Amino acid sequence: MSGRRLVHTENAEVLPVGDVPVVPVVTFRETVIDSVRDGARLVAFFGRPQEDRRLLVFAVLAMPDAGPLGVLAMAVDGRYPALTGACPQAHLFERELAEQWGVVPEGHPWLKPMRFHRSWQPGRDAWGRDPEQDPRPGVTDFYSVEGEEIHEVAVGPVHAGVIEPGHFRFQCHGEVVLHLEIALGYQHRGIERALVGGPDKRTMPFMETAAGDTSIGHATAYCQAREALAHSTVPPRAMALRGVALELERIANHVGDLGALAGDVGFLPTASYCGRIRGDVLNLSALLCGSRFGRGFIRPGGVGYDVTAGMIAELQDRLAEAARDAAEAIGLMWDTPSVTERFEDTGTVSRETCMEIGLVGPAARACGVDRDVRQDAPFGIYRFTHIPTVTWDTGDVFGRAHVREIEILRSVAFIQEQLTNLPRGGTLAAVAPPAPESLVVSLVEGWRGEICHAVLTDGAGRFARYKIVDPSFHNWFGLALAMRGEPISDFPLCNKSFNLSYCGHDL
Amino acid sequence: MDGCRACAEVCPADAIRIVGGAESKESTRGNEGGRPKKSRMQIDLGRCLFCDECRAACPADALACGGDYRLATRTREDLLLGAEGPRLAVALEDKTRRLFGRSLKLRVVSAGGCNACEADTNVLTTIGWDIGRFGIQYVAAPRHADGLLITGPVTTNMRLALRKTYDAVPSPKLVIAVGACAISGGLYREQPEQMGGAGAEVPVDLYIPGCPPHPLTILDGFLRLLGRIGGVRETAGSGSCEP
Ligand code: SF4
Ligand code: SF4
Repeated sequence: MSGRRLVHTENAEVLPVGDVPVVPVVTFRETVIDSVRDGARLVAFFGRPQEDRRLLVFAVLAMPDAGPLGVLAMAVDGRYPALTGACPQAHLFERELAEQWGVVPEGHPWLKPMRFHRSWQPGRDAWGRDPEQDPRPGVTDFYSVEGEEIHEVAVGPVHAGVIEPGHFRFQCHGEVVLHLEIALGYQHRGIERALVGGPDKRTMPFMETAAGDTSIGHATAYCQAREALAHSTVPPRAMALRGVALELERIANHVGDLGALAGDVGFLPTASYCGRIRGDVLNLSALLCGSRFGRGFIRPGGVGYDVTAGMIAELQDRLAEAARDAAEAIGLMWDTPSVTERFEDTGTVSRETCMEIGLVGPAARACGVDRDVRQDAPFGIYRFTHIPTVTWDTGDVFGRAHVREIEILRSVAFIQEQLTNLPRGGTLAAVAPPAPESLVVSLVEGWRGEICHAVLTDGAGRFARYKIVDPSFHNWFGLALAMRGEPISDFPLCNKSFNLSYCGHDL
Repeated sequence: MDGCRACAEVCPADAIRIVGGAESKESTRGNEGGRPKKSRMQIDLGRCLFCDECRAACPADALACGGDYRLATRTREDLLLGAEGPRLAVALEDKTRRLFGRSLKLRVVSAGGCNACEADTNVLTTIGWDIGRFGIQYVAAPRHADGLLITGPVTTNMRLALRKTYDAVPSPKLVIAVGACAISGGLYREQPEQMGGAGAEVPVDLYIPGCPPHPLTILDGFLRLLGRIGGVRETAGSGSCEP
């Protein structure tokens, strides 16, 4: 029934912004809440101020069973009844909306800042804070459990390892965690705001450093959006090479994560080997473009560098070797019951919870949810070559590790096939300026899961709003839930099994 | 090609300055010596993202990306490149070097980094690099550390945490800024949400440029600082690395 209240679109398809139905607040709430109850997922939810100071709020929904994307909007004047109570997937999105634009989602169960920056809308602050003062990060209410034997553990923002900053509050009873609350925002450097008015010379590097371990993923999402807005196409050779780079990024990170998981339970052989193999894979990205993180490779219109026949052969050989080594290194850990015992039934997230909070990526697939942008809303080369989705149904640390292990195999096979049948021709096409007054939603399956870039252009074709949703945005809450009832000493292991991005969340 | 600013215009980090020449007409015309001043180009390695855009934009193919991984310096000024490479870092003075030369414990603070500088800092602990063999180790507590290794432009939200961590390190202490962000704010240097690098908050002893720096560049910087390699004042792209 909700069909007429939404406009349908596809991944990286451009739409006149006027085609998006602006519905009354009641209809907007009903449509989003009902669709999500019926299996849709909230992909993005963001605001754009209008001249009359009202905020136009957009929602992007992924329809169930790999259906199209649905987009709708409502105009909000200062406050509106929150969706979160009936639609937990909106929880962080509504906090973000409140923090950025000063609107109040009334009745939101946990309305507090998430990145700790000043309101973007002068004179409007959801919490009535002093507009001249920078908010103090982490200074806010925290959920607390009371009782004589309850104790609280606070960690961060500076942690023990070489890791990004975040603050974690555990409510514990003895060793057992009753509740974990995660406060982020320490990495906030204002990327979304800086993108407005673009594209310009800083746009591309902003994308490549939005989450620096996902440079290829975010750069691809941006370029798809940019090309759609220009009605440009990418040469087939470049399209295949983008896929190669994206899968290399996935392999490197998955291998690194599996090694780190082994390290967290003190199993050093796998940790040591994988640490080295991850580097070997990163060096393959360096072979493509000179950067271990793939910086400079993905460019609007195609890729920045072509490959020679010699490079292809070298890539294939070195990848095959890395894949063999990885399989062996990971096998060592599965042959060791003291490792599998620590992974199994640790940090379990149920399928129901996964659906309710809208997890993405390997974290969702480990809960038995068949969710992968490469399948559900295929983009680029994945429209022509199938990469089978890997799922497992335990929802625990083992599941998240195992999904990664199999995905490495699939990605290796995919790359080898692409390199063997690499189309001839150019690698970079000209890209026209972006179309005015348009909307495009661009999705990419990064190694952590769904990356969404939703872009609105103004009358001159400049970015009026650039919304980035890193997969971590959806998944941090999953980590918090995975810790419930677990011993606090398992936190590092659970954390690593999600391995989420702080900077991708904080932007 | 006097007057050409193609490289400076495409640079996302505004790392290139053209000094003299067409940019400052008076100095060219009013030059008493009679010889018209040629424009010179200056690249600030402390801002550079190594993105290659300047080279691609140069109509005269006058720019090339060097393959030298040795880039770390002791001062911010040493990262301003003219015709020569950066003046590479010299070792700590004797007294500090006696303290840290054989054992250096660092607390890593990510303050707005994108996790690439962090990753290539961390990779040095893997078996392929094993910085432990040089007596260098990343430690969990600032109180166990001899200094900080900072990545990221220092977001306003990390300012206090960085300050507290710095204060918790016993003196004498070192600070190493890794990456364009930590050196100058890098790509983010104009964002009001950050401080423009570690130097705005704490005194920096070693600058390791890159976005991110290659692990070799980081390791080279550490070893130079500790006097394990280098020695005489060296310029990258010339001389040799003396182990
Ligand atoms: S390589 Fe450095 S100097 Fe050249 S354009 Fe990129 S950031 Fe600027
Ligand atoms: S210097 Fe570059 S790689 Fe390092 S943190 Fe900054 S953006 Fe990331």
